[in-house]
Order: sequence, then structure tokens, then C-alpha cells
Amino acid sequence: MSTAPLPIATARRRRSGLVFVRATGPAGITSAVVIGAAMLVAVLGPTLAPETPYLGQLSYSYVGPTAGHPLGFDGQGRDLLSRLLVGARTSMLGPLGVVLICILVGTLLAVSAAWRRGSYDAFVSSGLDVLFAFPGILLAILAATVFGVGLAAATLALAVAYTPYVARVLRGAALRERSQQYVAALEVQGASAVSICLRHLIPNMLPLIVAQATILFGYAMVDLAAISFLGLGVQPPNPDWGVMISENQSGVVQGYPLSALAAGICIVLVVVAFNILGERLYEQAQAERR
Amino acid sequence: MSAARMARHPGAAPFDGGATTSLLEVEDLVVDLPVEGAMRRVLHEGSLSIGAGEAVGLVGESGSGKSMTARAIDRLLPPGAAVGGSIRFDRKSVMALTGAALRRFRGEVAMIFQDPRAHINPVRRIGDFMTEALRSVQNVPDAEAERRAVGLLESVGIQDGRRRLRQYPHELSGGLLQRVMIATALLTQPRLLLADEPTTAVDVTTQAEVMAILDDLRREFRLAMLFITHNLELAAAVCDRTAVMYAGQIVEVRASSRLHDDPLHPYTAALAAARPDIAVTANRLVAIPGRPLSAFEAPPDACAFAARCPHVRDQCLERRPALIELDGGLTRCVRAEELRGHMGSEEAP
Amino acid sequence: MTESILQIEGLRKEFGDLVAVDDIDVTVREGGSIAIVGESGSGKTTVAKMIVGLERPTAGSIHACGRDRSTPARSTAERRRRGREVQIVFQDPYTSLDPRQTVERTIDEVLRLHHGWDVDRRRARVLELAELVGLDARQLRALPRALSGGQRQRVAIARALAAEPRILILDESVAALDVSIQAQVLNLLADIRDETGISYVLISHDLAVVRQLTEETVVMWRGRVVERGPTARVLDNPQDEYTKRLRASVPRPGWKPRRRAHVGVGEETEER
Repeated sequence: MSTAPLPIATARRRRSGLVFVRATGPAGITSAVVIGAAMLVAVLGPTLAPETPYLGQLSYSYVGPTAGHPLGFDGQGRDLLSRLLVGARTSMLGPLGVVLICILVGTLLAVSAAWRRGSYDAFVSSGLDVLFAFPGILLAILAATVFGVGLAAATLALAVAYTPYVARVLRGAALRERSQQYVAALEVQGASAVSICLRHLIPNMLPLIVAQATILFGYAMVDLAAISFLGLGVQPPNPDWGVMISENQSGVVQGYPLSALAAGICIVLVVVAFNILGERLYEQAQAERR
Repeated sequence: MSAARMARHPGAAPFDGGATTSLLEVEDLVVDLPVEGAMRRVLHEGSLSIGAGEAVGLVGESGSGKSMTARAIDRLLPPGAAVGGSIRFDRKSVMALTGAALRRFRGEVAMIFQDPRAHINPVRRIGDFMTEALRSVQNVPDAEAERRAVGLLESVGIQDGRRRLRQYPHELSGGLLQRVMIATALLTQPRLLLADEPTTAVDVTTQAEVMAILDDLRREFRLAMLFITHNLELAAAVCDRTAVMYAGQIVEVRASSRLHDDPLHPYTAALAAARPDIAVTANRLVAIPGRPLSAFEAPPDACAFAARCPHVRDQCLERRPALIELDGGLTRCVRAEELRGHMGSEEAP
Repeated sequence: MTESILQIEGLRKEFGDLVAVDDIDVTVREGGSIAIVGESGSGKTTVAKMIVGLERPTAGSIHACGRDRSTPARSTAERRRRGREVQIVFQDPYTSLDPRQTVERTIDEVLRLHHGWDVDRRRARVLELAELVGLDARQLRALPRALSGGQRQRVAIARALAAEPRILILDESVAALDVSIQAQVLNLLADIRDETGISYVLISHDLAVVRQLTEETVVMWRGRVVERGPTARVLDNPQDEYTKRLRASVPRPGWKPRRRAHVGVGEETEER
């Protein structure tokens, strides 16, 4: 038996994303701010950068902060701050690509499997289970061998590696929604499967999908940075935080850690922000389901 | 003066069917629960007494507070709940119990729930579940505990007890599992059984069977029972006295035999009238307008049922009525005396 | 002789080895109201699902409004057409509505599915349906979580009626409601039938509700029909042993529950 309802709430048009984020508490808000800043930098990087990130003077190699160069120079004598700002682009773009592909394909597979059930579901699930066995970095190395190095191949490889995880989580949620009686009611009304999935199933899964995407971004960023670090992703001289760590390793040993550390800190900050926000959004998504 | 005390005052009419030795005494029980940050009242000054071997029914719709009452008695309220008033079992305060005394109390007061599957560990065998309290709290040796379990399973109509003890919960149907729960509840030889809608989720034929079992066992073990249900007819059929709750308050307590023909509160009459009759096809049912109020929605200075009552007068809106004695029962209706006999009618006298 | 609006013959459903529905015949005359009574495992819900096309019969035939629906609809257009013939109101008010859609949008969606009307005409119809089931303007704009169980069931009824079906299947539609609310909804259903001439198939385990709402009753047990006849007769003078037991199990003033013999085999796992 239920408890009596709360006073009638008139429907707000789909809660704006900001209200949603605000409800995640101070940690969530801070993370959102950090992410927002990172995105801004990713878009405006080249305009913000005081110097060009590509040219440098070797004589300035590992020189510390000076006037006009607040973070100093990297191993090749290039302005560190400028490289960080411009590097944000690929560092954020790659994970974005991974997340977009994963979520799209994952949602498609999850919803279709949950809707059709039976042998189709079994087939898709088994296929995903097989893919599950491959760690992302391994696939990236494979992709590099086959398609050559570069951000595109690495992004694609990671997307393939992550999709089974996303599909599995979303499939559970899709199955739950599928078994709700309002879906059956719509079927009896004669609504098409596609319209039910697009108009009802997926919108009811949206909080979960958003939470998943956010968490995924963080993981993708770390993996892509690692892949670039290994030399299989973004190639030097392109500024990319992962590449920068690799390039400036020698500086750490020589006693000039700032260049490598700065890039590392950027990665950590953004990844942690995505993780925190993602976890908060996930909790909210769970709580929202009554 | 609280209703329970009034009832025991010499000179007052004896309680309908009430035993002289009160096993459980609840006085002015108040329960607040944290809901979205604020404390919400779910029970308003509830008073009830149950004698040894007596069955008392607690009937109400959603939000009436009936389940909360049982949980408060068994110390099963959710964390953050605030409790006021007193609950006395065997003249000892229940709320003050801790540690070993609390565990012993749990052996004396058993509870069975609506959904047995939600209250039993699915990965352990029935036997482990059943004998757990015996073995851990009362230190009964395994073989003896098992023997008693098989004996009780037989009492609830399960013959091949030894085999059942080795089965897992998912191998039993809902009805069967509920019988196991009853048997488990009785293993510690409790003196009071709290049954929270034990038959709501089972078929009506199974319900009849389960109620018959409870009836038999109660007499055999001289067990007192608080039987919670939304079904007025069921409570009246198996309990000596029935209490009716609305919006977190007890609005009537009456001997079951008299509840149907001579109710003391308009809500009770309305509840009985709203139910379709299996023997007669009515043209339309007498439906109470509006919806049942939850405890926190009850106005503090008027009768909670006033908004829906066909007999409402100005005096009903002056203050929250207290429970008063009438003809051996209790009622919260200020007009009860004059309305007796035509509670169910739609026009006032 | 009145045309039968729903005709079920030899209906059968097997789930692997389990025979959930075994050779069921049911006929409903136009404007009539029939109850399919049973407890869990009787197969009554499976019958309901087969009528509306949520389950596929293993054998047998179902004819509604003169058209055969024994096999699943081949196209979406066909499913929509069938939706205008038979609709269903489910038991659980808490999952039968999309939690993200207002009441208004929920009903409007159905109208858009079945009629090519413009916005104004649809809005007018939504208001008509709301009034028919006793919902006010505020409730129309509300989300399901702001509504009580009884109110949600009214929405479910309005949604079902939006398709203008000739037959409404009520699958334990009042079982989850409080007694006082149940009475309101039962009165509402009776009123709707008076006003629209719709036919009801009530799936229920509650004999008192069955008495109130239906004229004929079919009693099912373990997939088979064990008794059928006018509701009053079946309840006042049951012939079959199971029906007698069912009738005798209903609490009423003066009733005392009785035990049967010990639990037999076959009461092991749940059957669905």
C-alpha cells in the first residue's frame, strides 16, 4: 500500500541539466566547474595561448617560470602554458569521441536486446561478453599495428573496448523499463517499437546514460593519455597532455619535473572531476527511480 | 487521562473481551519519521492494550499508521525515527531495552510480514533460517532445534519437515513460505505475535488456511496477537477485539462481534459500507468521497475524518477529539453516542 | 440474439512443459460484463494477455469485434487497429504510467496514435475523458508521482478509453487500491459502462468485486474452466468443489477459517 501523495506538483519541462547538477552537492558542483573550465580551454585554447606551442628554442630547455612565461618551458624550449592550453583540445576531444561512439552504439545494442529479448538478446550479449575480454590498451596497440598510429585509431579502439561495458549496464536498465506495465500498455495501444523505445524507454534511462557517459569520459581520458604516452596515439610535436608527459620524462630525472608534472596534474584534475560528477549523477539516477 | 488508563479505572465498563492481565500496553505512542529532511508524524498518540492470549486486530487504509505501530512495538523503526509515549511489555518498558535484554524480548515478541520472501535469506536453507534464533540466542543444541522445527512445521501443516528444512526458499511457493515464517516465529515460544498483513499477498484460499492455522496455534500456545490488515471483515473474523486506524490515529476499538452491527465511528461504518457485498449486488457502492489522509496530513485541531464524514458538525472542527469510552469500546467521534445505530446512513439524524 | 463481441474457443497456452491455459471457451455479448475468476496459477492473467496480444496462444482462436486475433498482428497498423477494439487496464497503478509524462501528454499520445486530429480537437477530447474518469485540470498537468494510486488508475482508464475500444479488459484493476478508493473506481466503471455501452472482461480473485461489476462469471483453476454461469448463481449456489471452496474462504461476519488436510505435493514452486 502506498503513502498518500505529495501536494500536486505541476510538471516542470524536463528538468534543466543545471538543476540536476546543482542537486549533486558541493563536490558535484566543483567538479562541474572544473569540467566546464577544461571544456572552455579545449575550445578556446589556441586563442588563449600567449605563445605558439610548436616553436621553441632549445636553449630555453626546462627553464623555469619567468616573466611572460608563467610555467616556464618544456624540454624543447616551448612555452609550457601554451602547450597545455592547446593540448587540452586533443586531450578532451579524444575521450569525447570515445564516449559519443560508446553511448550511441551501447544504447542501441542495449535497448534493442532488451526489447527483442530471446535469441537476439542472447546473441548480442554473448558477442559483447567476448569483446569484454579485451582490455582497451591491447586493442589500441592492435589498432595501431593495423591502421597506423594517431588519435583516430586509438579513439576507435577504445570505443570498441568500452562499448560492452556500457551496453551491459544499460541493458539492465532497459530490461527494467521494458518490463514496466506502461510499456505493455503502449504495446496494446499499437505504438511501434521504435517510438516506444525513443519516446519512453530511452528518456527514462537518460539519467543513467548521462551518468555513465560522465564516468566513461574520465576512464577514456586516462587510457588515451596512456596510449599517447606510449607513442601510439597523438603524435609529437602535437601538444597533448599524454604526449607531454612522455616527452618530458627526461626532465623529471634531470630535476626539472614541472613540465611533465603540469600535464599530469591537468589529466588528474579533469579525470577526478569527471569521476566525482559521474558518481554523483549515478547516485541521483538510482535515487530518482523511486 | 489516557484512554488505556481510563479503561482500567474501576467503575468504567469492562473492556470488550479484554483480559485482566495486560501483556502489552501502549500509551500515547507518537512516532515521527525523517522524510526529505523534515520530521513527519506518522502516529498520533496511539493507545492500545493486549491481554495474554488475546487477538487484537488493527485495521486501516494507506497512511493510517497501522504498520508503524507494529514496527514501533517490535523496535523495527527505520533509523532516525523519533518515538514518544510508552510501550510496555510485561510491565517493562520496551524502548529502554538494549543488548541481551533486547534479544530476549525478540524471543518473546515475534513478527511475521506481508512478503515472506523479502525477509528470508535466499542463499541459506530453510533449516538454517528457522533455527537461527534458537541456536544463537537460546543456545539450543542443533539436533534439538531441528527437532522442534520439524514439530512446528507439522503444526502448520507441512508434513515432510526434514526434507523442507534442507530446501531453499525459492523452492517453496508463497503460501508455503508464509507457513514456514509462522512456524519460525513460534519456535522461540513467544507470548505475542505481531502479524503485519500476513495474508495480503496470498490467495484467498491460502489465506483461509493460514488464518485457521494461526487461530489453532494461538489457542494451543496461549499466544496473544496483534493482527494488522486492511481487510475489516478478516480482522473481525479472527480477532477478539478490533482497532480501526485513520490518518495515524486509532479512531475506534471495539469487540469484533459488535463491530459490524454497532460501530462507534463513522469511518468504520463507511469502510464496511464501501466494500462490495459478496451476497448482494448493489446498484452503486456507498463510496466515501475524497481519499484517505496520511498521518502528517491530519489537522491538529479538528477531527481527521471531518472532511469526508457525512455526519460532520461544528463541534467536529473545534479540536482533535480524544479517545473516549463508550459501551465497552473506544471511539474518537464526539457524536458517537447520538449516532449509534445509524453511523452508516448518509443523512444525519 | 445479441452479437457476441468477444469469442474465445479452445484457447491454449503452453510455457515449455507447463500448460498454463487449457482449452478455454469464453463468449462475451456486446455491452456485457464477464468475470474470469481464479487464484494464482489459474491462468486467468495469461488469458487476458492473449486477448490483448501480449502473449501468443499455442492453440485456439480469439475473435474480437468480428475479427480474428488469434495470431500476433503482422504490422504496426494492424496492432493499432486491434488497439481500437480491445484495451486493458493493468493492476499496478505505480508502473502503468510513464513516470516522465504528464497525464495530459499520456492521454494525448494515445489520441495521436489513433486519430489524425489537430491540437484543439485533441485537447478537447482529453478534457472530456478527464471529466469522464473524474480528474480535474490540475491533475491533468501533474506527473504520476504526484498522484495517488486511485488517481493513477483513473488515468489508466482514461488512457485505455482514449482509443475508444469496444472491450475493456480489467486485469485486477482495483486490487491494489484502498477499500474506499476501490469503491469509487468500481462506481466509476459502472458509470462508464452505462454511458458508453462498453463491454468488460474483469480478471479478478476478489469475489465481492466480481459480484458488483459483472453479470457472468467463469471460474478457472489450474488453466481450466471449472464452472461458469450468471455471477449471482455461481456465487450463491456454486456447483464445483473448487468454486465452493473459494466461496467459503471469503471473510464475512460470522465466518471462521477452517483448516484442510495437510499440504499436498504440487504446492512446491510458484507457477507463473
